[in-house]
Order: sequence, then C-alpha cells, then structure tokens
Amino acid sequence: MKYMMFVCSDPEPDPDTANYPDVEKWVAENDAAGRRLDGSVLGPTSSATTVRVRNGELLVSDGPFAETKEVIVGFDLLECADLDEAIEVARTHPMAWAGRIELRPLADLEP
Amino acid sequence: MAPPARATVAAQAVPAQAQVARAVAEAAVEAYPRIVAALIRITGDWTLAEDCAQEALAQALARWPDDGVPDSPGGWLMTVARNRMLDVVRRATVERRKLRELAVLALTAATGTGDDRREEVVDDRLRLIFTCCHPALALQARVALTLRTICAVPTADIARVFLVSESTMTRRLTRAKTRIAEAGIPYRVPDGRALTERLPGVLAVLYLLFTQGYNPDGEPAFADEAIRLARLLAELMPEQPEVSALLALFLLQHSRRAARRDADGRLVPLDRQDRSRWDHAAIDEGVRLLAGSRQPGPYGWQARIAACHATAASAEETDWRRIADCYDQLLRLAPAPVTALNRAVAHSYAYGPAAGLTLLAEARAGGRLDDYPLAVAVEADLVARSGHRERAATLFRTAASRTPGAAERRALLDRADELQEGPLC
Repeated sequence: MKYMMFVCSDPEPDPDTANYPDVEKWVAENDAAGRRLDGSVLGPTSSATTVRVRNGELLVSDGPFAETKEVIVGFDLLECADLDEAIEVARTHPMAWAGRIELRPLADLEP
Repeated sequence: MAPPARATVAAQAVPAQAQVARAVAEAAVEAYPRIVAALIRITGDWTLAEDCAQEALAQALARWPDDGVPDSPGGWLMTVARNRMLDVVRRATVERRKLRELAVLALTAATGTGDDRREEVVDDRLRLIFTCCHPALALQARVALTLRTICAVPTADIARVFLVSESTMTRRLTRAKTRIAEAGIPYRVPDGRALTERLPGVLAVLYLLFTQGYNPDGEPAFADEAIRLARLLAELMPEQPEVSALLALFLLQHSRRAARRDADGRLVPLDRQDRSRWDHAAIDEGVRLLAGSRQPGPYGWQARIAACHATAASAEETDWRRIADCYDQLLRLAPAPVTALNRAVAHSYAYGPAAGLTLLAEARAGGRLDDYPLAVAVEADLVARSGHRERAATLFRTAASRTPGAAERRALLDRADELQEGPLC
C-alpha cells in the first residue's frame, strides 16, 4: 500500500531532544529499502498560495497562515505492506519526536 | 469442552427446541470465533465472514431439531459457513486462490482435528483478536468490534452498554471494519518489539470489557465474555505471564459475584460479604495461575492483591501488609491516581488510618483525584476510623452526592446513616 506521510509540527514535542533519530539516516535507509518513493521539506506557510475557482472566476490569495503550531512541514510518500510497517517507518523519523506524523493511505480507486 | 452428544431418539420425541438452542449456543462459543477468523483471513471481508457464521448458526437451529445434533457441531458449522461463503464468493467471481483456500478449509473442517490444522486455526483467532484491538482503532471501536466479531454479542446489547441506539452502533461497527481495510490495518499477530508494545493494548480491551460486566450497573454477561477471551488468550500465548495474570485477576474478582449484593440488591462491602458464597473453584484456579510466574507486571500485582483478599478466611485475617507491599510495587510499575488511592487504603489497614490519610493526601496532590468521588468516600472511611463520626458522616454524604451509580450511592448513604445512628462496627 502507498501511504502519504504528512510530517507536522506539534506544540508539545518530546522534551528529550538527545534521543531524536537522525533524519539523513532515515532517508538513506528507507530509500535503500524502496519504502520511500518521494519526499521533501515544505517551504514556510508564509510562502503558501491558495487558489479557488468560484462561479468560473479565479480567486488567488496568500496563505493560509497557520494560527497554531500544528502545520504540515514536509511529506514523504511510502510504499509499505500495511499500516504496521508504515507505523514502524514513521516512528523512526525525528519529527515523530519533535512534532507528529500523520499517515494517510492513498485512496484505492481501482474498480 | 466435550462436544454435545448426538441427540437420542427419545430426546427428539420431546419438542427439542430448547435443547437444540443450548447445543447451538455451546457449539457457537468454541466454533464462532474460529469460523469468523478463518473466513476473514481468506477473504478479508469482515461483514461477509460474520454473516456466513451467523447463517450457519441459524441453519443449525433450523435443522438440528430434525436431523439431531451432529457428532462434530463445530465442524458442521464451519462447513455450512464455508459453503455459504463459497456461494457468495463464486457469484462475485473473486480470485481463484481464495476459492482454493476455502475448499481446503472445508476439507480440514470435515476431517476433524489434526494437529496441523489446530495450529493454523488457533493462529487465526489470535490474528482476529490483535486486529480487533489495533491501536489505530478508537478504544470504543476496539471493544465493540471484539464483542461483535469474536464473542458474537448482538449489536443491540453492545449499543445498550455504550448508551447509543442500535443503528448508531451498527454504523460505528461498519465504520471500524471499513477503516481496517482502508487504513491497511494488517490481519496479523505482531512479533518481537511490536508484540511487547501491542499486547498491553489487547489486555486493556479485555480489562475494559470485564469492568463493563463487573460494574454494579454494568452488563453482567460481558464479564463472562472477558473471562472466556482471557482464557483463550492465555491458552494461545502461554509464554506471556501478564495474560495468565489477567485471567487470574478476572477469576479472583468474579469469584465474589454471588456475595456482592444482599437480598434487597444492595452492594455489600468486601469485609461484610459471606465468604462461603464466594466461588472457591475460581479462586483456586486464579491462585494456581499466579503460582508459577516471577517478576509480575501490573496485572500480576493486581491479581496478587485480589488473591490476598480471596484467600483470607475472614476480613480480619486479611494480610494487609502483603497487600500494601503489592500496591507499592504496582504504583511503581504503573503510576495512576486511582492506584495511589487504593494504596492509601491498603496502608491504612496495615499500619492504621493515620498512615492512610498521609498517603491519601499524597495521592490527591495537584488535584489529581478531584473528579473521583471515591476519593471522598475513602477519606470519609479513614476519618470514621480515626473516631470523628460526625465529620465522616458529612463526607459520606458528599461522596454520595457526587456518585453517579445508584447502587453505590445507596451504599454510601447507608454508611452515613450508620455513623449517625449506632455504635461503630
């Protein structure tokens, strides 16, 4: 299954920062194992642009700006056997400690 | 458990509906989770697996009165359920592999209990338990799914305990099953570190189930279901001491069920219960389960505490120092405000009410027990035993006013009345 791993910030990180895993190692290991298909850190929310079309008219605005500290700061696309494997991959990412990680399976649209 | 014998001709002469219903119920206890677990493993379709297992039970009720109870009721049910699923699956034209597996399943079900087969089926039920109790499901969904899928408890009964309508509970169960498929929750028993991490979650679901049944205002049948599940789990995971400790804890607490209420339905406190009405076979089994294990975990210590109570010949002969020690260990392993409260009680009986009041103040520090009416009841009891009867009576009434359960509230008001009427017991 493919899982989108949203890497988020969180107002209450694990205080024991010495225990945080190394992100370079995480990327290298999961790339080598074929579990990480893609991924990147995102620019700040101040660089975000919102696009809508209403009544056929294009509406472009800046933001949304996060009002909380819980924002998506990056993503990784994973290929895992099941949720348990995806959880194991997520727990070794430093942002599981410093922030939080949301795992969402890609929808299966095959008939 | 011995399979029910084939009904005799004489027995069939009597309208045998009730007898057959009992035979079906007995067979279902053992066979139902096996059938559901096996069918889910092969097709991955939870609802279909349940429907087919239910269909098999319905057919047994319809056919056994005339045909007699088969020699292997479980095998009969498995075959009928699997045939039903085969029909549905054929019509849906799914993969060939699933059809082949179903065919094999029917074959092994028909030929009885070879060792290989038992191993595979046992594994299926364990898989089912771990999937129902997966932490990616909401706690209530875990309990409901376990009750529905493994224990075959009707949705209406589950809904009543969770105080929702049957249709709401049906929706929640459907959502939980959909979520298992969509989120990719595996149908597997975890191993290594994952097993160590996940087992406590499974045991917590069983514990919640038991307390739902054991609470004075709960659903008593759920306590039996919890014991049955713990027994199954202990049989399937003999190498896990916390599993047999949990079974021991259930058995020891449940042993008091007949003595917990008086003739008027009032709750009887432990020290005033008629100990001859305790279930001593259950107590013996609980104590035996604890005998072998070393380095107890949290359930191990709780079970040891329950065993101290259960094996005391009278309330006066309770080994409170041993219980106080157990609570010290339990609080160290699993710190929780309620455990700290119980520890204060244990120390008060071991070392006097003053020692209890000191530990009670410690347990309440930082407002940790402010939402817990039992803390006030404990204070009331300690104050009463220190000789301050008026203050204790007032505290008992305060505790009663904050207690939601009717039976418990009445017991607290009784204590207040006693303090203001008669001499101290």
